[in-house]
Amino acid sequence: MQLDAADRQLIDSYQRGLPVCERPYQAMAQTLGLTEDEVIERLSALKAQQVLSRIGPVFEHSQAGASLLAAVAAPPEKMDRVATQINLAPGVNHNYAREHTYNLWFVMTAPDEHTLDERLDELERKLRLPMLRLPMIKGYHIDLGFPIDWEALP
Amino acid sequence: MNMPLRQAGTTPGPNLFKTNPVSPWGLLRLRQQLEQGLPLTPRPYQTLAEQTGLTESQVMEAIEQWQEQGLIKRLGLVVKHRTLGYNANAMVVWNVPDEYVAELGARMAKVPFITLCYQRPRQLPDWPYNLFCMIHGVSRDRVRAQLKGLIADFGLADIPHSVLFSTKAYRQRGGRYVSHG
Repeated sequence: MQLDAADRQLIDSYQRGLPVCERPYQAMAQTLGLTEDEVIERLSALKAQQVLSRIGPVFEHSQAGASLLAAVAAPPEKMDRVATQINLAPGVNHNYAREHTYNLWFVMTAPDEHTLDERLDELERKLRLPMLRLPMIKGYHIDLGFPIDWEALP
Repeated sequence: MNMPLRQAGTTPGPNLFKTNPVSPWGLLRLRQQLEQGLPLTPRPYQTLAEQTGLTESQVMEAIEQWQEQGLIKRLGLVVKHRTLGYNANAMVVWNVPDEYVAELGARMAKVPFITLCYQRPRQLPDWPYNLFCMIHGVSRDRVRAQLKGLIADFGLADIPHSVLFSTKAYRQRGGRYVSHG
């Protein structure tokens, strides 16, 4: 998707450090030479176009609650159905098909470890598929707010 | 529930409760609302205040304090890279000798095209890999070239690895630790 210069500038400037003040969009507008209305309209449009998933805080997993990366090996012809079942389980926030015997990879979150284990046990029973449970031991770099390489994009 | 801002009287945050007591339920509701994102109203913190029963200044103080404490990692625009044309997403997993994993993880973390990097446990015999890194790239060819360069630069030819390209996103959204759904 092609974005105009102002949209790119919004993204380049505010993947982090969104102002915490009474009129944050006005503060952003002043920095970028736009009006407050323009900033709000552009952000709404970018959300509607699925360029942004949200304006907001990204919580630190380890502090925000419990989470875990899990994977199952679904029979290829049943992948969509298994993926739907996974999405129905509470707390699933990422779920991707990947090219591997373990072909469905998802992140499950919960308020605490105990609830997380219960949710995973329940899902494992429902799916009747062996599940890899891969909690994080150590994060070396966890931040998807990397600079967008506009030149490289199609 | 791991709530960094606890009820006044137990272990209050350093600044938040000096003046007015803040409702712990209000703070929980604020966490729930924030997991959905900041409202696109001219005064979003006031909107959040109305939704949570807190005051606008309590909302702003809580958010600032959560940022200082690291509960909020960043506050800003959350991009859906796939929409922008990052069409190739590879999870590259490595079976690294345990004594070497911390050093290699720290080095990989500094590589610009590696967007996530972490250590997870092996689950033998099915899953021998203990170091994960993610590459968000514009095409598979480009990702493969980046990976080839990485293996050459870091001398990883002897480290078994596997590349798991994603083929479909069934769900991609922020974590909802305290809100429902």
